[in-house]
Amino acid sequence: MPQLSRRNVLKGGAAFAATATLGAPTIWAQNIKDVTLRQFGTGVSNLNEVAAKVKEDLGFTLEMTALDSDSVTQRAATQPNSFDIADIEYWICKKVWPTGNLQAMDTSKIKNYDKIVGIFRNGKLTPESTIAQGTAPHSVGFTSGADGTDFVDNESGWMTLIPTIYNADTLGIRPDLINRPISNWSELLNPEFKGKASILDISSIGIMDMAMVVESMGEYKYPDKGNMTKEEIDLTIGIFTEAKKNGQFRAFWKSFDESVNLMASGEVVIQSMWSPAITAVKSKGVPCVYQPLEEGYRSWGGGLGMSASLTGLERDAAYEYINWYLDGWVGGFLMRQGYYSAVPETSKNYMSENEWGFWFEGKEATDVITSPFGDPLAKAGEVRDGGSFNDRMGAVACWNAVMDENQYMVRKWNEFIAA
Amino acid sequence: MLNFLKNRSASGWLMVSPLALVLVFFLVLPIIMIVVVSFWRATEFSIIPAFEFDNYEFLFSSPVTYSVFLNTFKYALITWVFTLGIGFTVAYFLAFHVRTQTWQIALFLLCTIPFWTSNIIRMISWIPFLGRNGIANSALISWGVVDEPLEWLLFSDFAVILALVHLYTLFMVVPIFNTMMRIDKSLIEAARDAGANGAQILWNVIIPLTKPGIMIGTIFVVTLVMGDFITVRFMSGSQSANVGRLISNDIALLQYPSAAATAVVLLLTVLIVIGILLRFVNIRKEL
Repeated sequence: MPQLSRRNVLKGGAAFAATATLGAPTIWAQNIKDVTLRQFGTGVSNLNEVAAKVKEDLGFTLEMTALDSDSVTQRAATQPNSFDIADIEYWICKKVWPTGNLQAMDTSKIKNYDKIVGIFRNGKLTPESTIAQGTAPHSVGFTSGADGTDFVDNESGWMTLIPTIYNADTLGIRPDLINRPISNWSELLNPEFKGKASILDISSIGIMDMAMVVESMGEYKYPDKGNMTKEEIDLTIGIFTEAKKNGQFRAFWKSFDESVNLMASGEVVIQSMWSPAITAVKSKGVPCVYQPLEEGYRSWGGGLGMSASLTGLERDAAYEYINWYLDGWVGGFLMRQGYYSAVPETSKNYMSENEWGFWFEGKEATDVITSPFGDPLAKAGEVRDGGSFNDRMGAVACWNAVMDENQYMVRKWNEFIAA
Repeated sequence: MLNFLKNRSASGWLMVSPLALVLVFFLVLPIIMIVVVSFWRATEFSIIPAFEFDNYEFLFSSPVTYSVFLNTFKYALITWVFTLGIGFTVAYFLAFHVRTQTWQIALFLLCTIPFWTSNIIRMISWIPFLGRNGIANSALISWGVVDEPLEWLLFSDFAVILALVHLYTLFMVVPIFNTMMRIDKSLIEAARDAGANGAQILWNVIIPLTKPGIMIGTIFVVTLVMGDFITVRFMSGSQSANVGRLISNDIALLQYPSAAATAVVLLLTVLIVIGILLRFVNIRKEL
């Protein structure tokens, strides 16, 4: 049943406005103040600072809800009316998109579309790069049309998610408690760190870290880490179950704060970790390194998706918001925490030369680097772990993924936790 | 209408109906729903109404289920032993050693002070205390009791049981204290006059008369521990599992039918345990 509300009455006017002047709010500028967009996603980019800036720059209200990856997937898949904007990762998109709860976005309405980095368009960072294993963002980034529930392998003009944030993950270590160089993923299961290692208890990400370790140990070479067979899942989890029984792990973590506490308290000296967690440990004055490893990084990317139920003025506000998102302020805000923006060049305008050099180009800091929240993260002369954008994103070995045998994997993962 | 109200059985029915309705809507219906869903089929995103035994088949065919249920019983039994020991001692002290009622009430309230904070906070505050560089380990090292920090203090079964005992002892103290207060003091005097010593009075008079309290406390502790998942998750560092964690993992992954099946089996298990416990003491008669 069509809703007989303010929304529908405004739809005509808003559509007219949208066709007449794209990108510049005119006729409905006064109405947009009444709009409230409900966004939910994982904690990384659901920041109150962003909501406050949206209110200031665009005038409408953005309500944010932060949840863990499992809950985000669950909500996107089962409660399409509970949100307007979904801030989700690409592997979640692969699971959620076929349900039809999100609507395709017209790239011609995205002002900075041409400046989005290649990873999200044709999968290649540079024309020479090879595409990593797993759910690479471009492979689930496009659909066939406005009503598509499929994925297409070319830039069709209809995007499933507009990319916003991504990074390359690796192991975090406590250099002061390890005292020797670490250069392989296999060190996670090195008996030297018995009782002092940890891995994250989020199956879809944890299995990828496990695969990196197993491959690094020389136990097995996966044809595709992002899409294992049942036998490969058994093998991978089997190796880790044995390590668990031998007391290799101190604990498993599920939330960001847990990983920070484990590392900062010295309970754990080597573990899977996320970039801002390293930052959080460092800001407590505890040395912590996001160790680049020979086998490369496990990467992830996230973006904004629009609820299928979004229409009219709200949808225009959502496009407005997404364009603003790629316009640089948020990008700069995220990059100063160690993430990357989908349109790095616009973010540059919102970062100092020192910050841009440190975070993006991998140069030595010329002055103290502080986080957007004011905590000092690096002193002059320090360089970022892993180097420049191209060094880090160019060394991605796999993307976070969801497998065909996902259900089997989840059951096996449960057994691993209970073992 | 007036006649109808005068009818004794009709007014009886009317009087119980509010409670009956509340119980039907908030207890019976949800449980029926859980049982129904446990026979449904789930794919990754959708839940399909069906009548099949797949969820139960998977549950009973997985060796993990048995080890997890065994673990749940283990936690329940050990926690029960400790909460009973501590709870009985505390209640005994309050009921028989503290003479004035004012002090009894004051000390009893003292026991409840920790309950003014959330039980998550009470549980999590153990983590920095027991950690490798925590207060417990640094104290032990500085006293020279141990040379190396004790690893098993945190993220172990020890930590889980410690937290469970800490969280649930009061549920044992309250009912035992309550029944002890009802014991006629002249019975103890009579026992003393008849020549019984302290231990004999405790064993032959007080314990038999406190049985209903012990049983109520036991039911509280056993059901709470068997249904717990968050304490096990945090205190074991996610490394151990009980049935509650199996259910919460399933829910997190949208596997509602399989979570429902596990819940049904857990419910039946707990009911059987309580049924066995009630064979020992007739609570209704003794209250």
